[in-house]
Amino acid sequence: MPIFRNPPRIAPAAAPREVVFQLYLRVARYGFRKHAAYRAAAVAGAFTNTVFGILRAYVLIALWEARPGLAGYDVAQAVTFCFLTQAFIGPMQVFGGGIELAERVRSGDAAIDLVRPASLQLWSLADDLGRAAYLFLMRSVPPTLAGAALFGIVVPPSPAAWGLVAVSVVLGIVVSFGVRYLLALSACWILDDRGLQQVALVLMMFFSGMVVPLRIIPGWLGALAEALPWAAMVQVPADVYLGATDVPRALAFQAAWAVALLALGALLTRAARRKVVIQGG
Amino acid sequence: MVRTYALLAATWMRAAAQYPASLVMLTAGSFAANALDIAAIWIIFRHTGTLGGFTLAEVMFLYGTGGVSFALADMLFGNVDKLSRHIRAGSFDTMLIRPASPFVQMAVDRFTPQRFGRPAQAVVVLWLALAELHVPWSRAWMIPVMILCGTVIFTAVFTLGGALQFLLTDAPEVANAFTYGGSTLTQYPLSVYGAELVRAVTYIVPLAFVNWQPGLYVLGHEDPFGLPHWLRYAAPVAALTLAGAAALAWRAGVRRYRSTGS
Repeated sequence: MPIFRNPPRIAPAAAPREVVFQLYLRVARYGFRKHAAYRAAAVAGAFTNTVFGILRAYVLIALWEARPGLAGYDVAQAVTFCFLTQAFIGPMQVFGGGIELAERVRSGDAAIDLVRPASLQLWSLADDLGRAAYLFLMRSVPPTLAGAALFGIVVPPSPAAWGLVAVSVVLGIVVSFGVRYLLALSACWILDDRGLQQVALVLMMFFSGMVVPLRIIPGWLGALAEALPWAAMVQVPADVYLGATDVPRALAFQAAWAVALLALGALLTRAARRKVVIQGG
Repeated sequence: MVRTYALLAATWMRAAAQYPASLVMLTAGSFAANALDIAAIWIIFRHTGTLGGFTLAEVMFLYGTGGVSFALADMLFGNVDKLSRHIRAGSFDTMLIRPASPFVQMAVDRFTPQRFGRPAQAVVVLWLALAELHVPWSRAWMIPVMILCGTVIFTAVFTLGGALQFLLTDAPEVANAFTYGGSTLTQYPLSVYGAELVRAVTYIVPLAFVNWQPGLYVLGHEDPFGLPHWLRYAAPVAALTLAGAAALAWRAGVRRYRSTGS
C-alpha cells in the first residue's frame, strides 16, 4: 500500500556543519560496532580468505613461472596481487550485500528512513564505512600477513606510498558502496531482486579482478574491464599498492566513478521517495 | 529415505515455480557464476600452452570431472552447510521432531531448480574436454567411477562442514574453506600446488581422489610427485572411509545437540 504518495517536503533544520559531521561519524561508529558483534564470523571469513589466497597463489605462480613478467608483474607481485584480492573481499563486500536498505524496503522500515531529516544515502554510506573499517581489520590484515609469511609479498616502499594506498582503498570502498546502494535501492522497483543480485555478483567477481587480474584478459574485453567501475574496487587499489600504475591517474579514475555512482544514487534516492511502495507493515 | 528426499524436493520445486521469472534468472545466474572459473582457465591458457604440465583440454577434463562431482554433491546435499542458520533460528528443532531423517530434511531444504545450474555448467565443460581428448575405452571406464567417488567425497566434506557447525554455530564460514576450497583445489592439476599441500590432500583430507589420482589414470599421465601407482585405483576406498567418518561426525553432532531455545 503506498503510504508516501506525496511525501511532505521536509526542510531539514539548518544544522551547523560540524553537528552534521558528528552525526555521520556516530553512524559510522555504530556501523563498526554492529559488525564487531559478529567476531567469530569475521575470523572464519579471514580463515576462508586465507585458504583461497593460498590456492589461487599457487595457480598464479604456475602461470607466472611459465610466463615471467606477464602483464608487467613479476612473480612476487602476482602473489601479492592474489592475497590483496582476498584481503579486499571483506571491506569491498565483493560478494554483495552489506547494506540493510534492501531488507528494510521489504520490511517497510525504509519508510522511516526516508522521512528522517538526514540524507538516506549519506547515512548508509557512513554505516558502510564503519562496516568496512571493521572488516578491514578482521578480514584484510590476516590474509595479507599469512601471504607474507608463507610466500613473501612486496610492500609499498615509503609512508607516502602507504598513504596513497589508504586513499585508494577508501575510494574503492566508496565505489563499492555506490554500486551496492543502487542495487539495494532497486528493491523499491523490483519486488524480487534475487536474480538481479546474482547477475550483479557475476559482474562484480569478473570485472573487479577477483577471478584473474584484469590486465591478462585479452583484447577488447580487457580494455572494457579496466574502464568499468568494478575495476576501481580490486584491480586499481591492488595496482596502487604494487606501484604498478600511474598513481594520480588511478586515483582520479576511482574518484570519478565514486562521484558518478554517488550522484546517480542521490538521483535514485529522490525518485524512490516519490515511488516507494511499502510492503505490508 | 530416497522417497522422502524426492517428495520434499518436488514440493520445494513447485514452490519455487511460483516465481518463474526470478527462477530463470537465478538458474542462468548460477550457470554464469560457475562459468567464471572456466573463464579464468581459458584466460590463463591464452598466455601459456601448459599449466603444471597439463594442456588446456586436460585441465578442462580435471575441472569437468571435479566440477560434476562437486556440483552433484552440492545440488543434492550441499544445503547441510546451512545448519548453523537453522540452529540459530530454532528450525532444526522442528526437523528433529518430524518423522523423517533430519539429514535428508536439511539436504533438501529449499530445493530449487536453480540447483541444476552448477552441474549443467560442469557437464558442458567435461563434454568439451572429452571431445578433444579421445580417451580410449580401456581407460574411460574410470570416468563414471571417479565422478561417483568424487560426489561421495564432496558429500562427506559438506557433511563434515555441517557437523562442525554443531560446535561452531557462530562461524559457519569455516566450512566454506573446505567445501568451496576443495572445489577450487580440484579445478586445477594438483601439480601446480606445493608438495606438502598435495600430500595433505592425499593422506588427510582425501580430495586428491576426487579427480587427480583417477584423472592421472584416465589421462595416462605420470604422477609428478611420484606417489605409489596403486593410489590411482584407491578412490572408492578413500570415498567410503571419508563417508564413514562424516556419518559418525554428523551423528555425534546430532546426539550432542542442545537447542538454542529460540
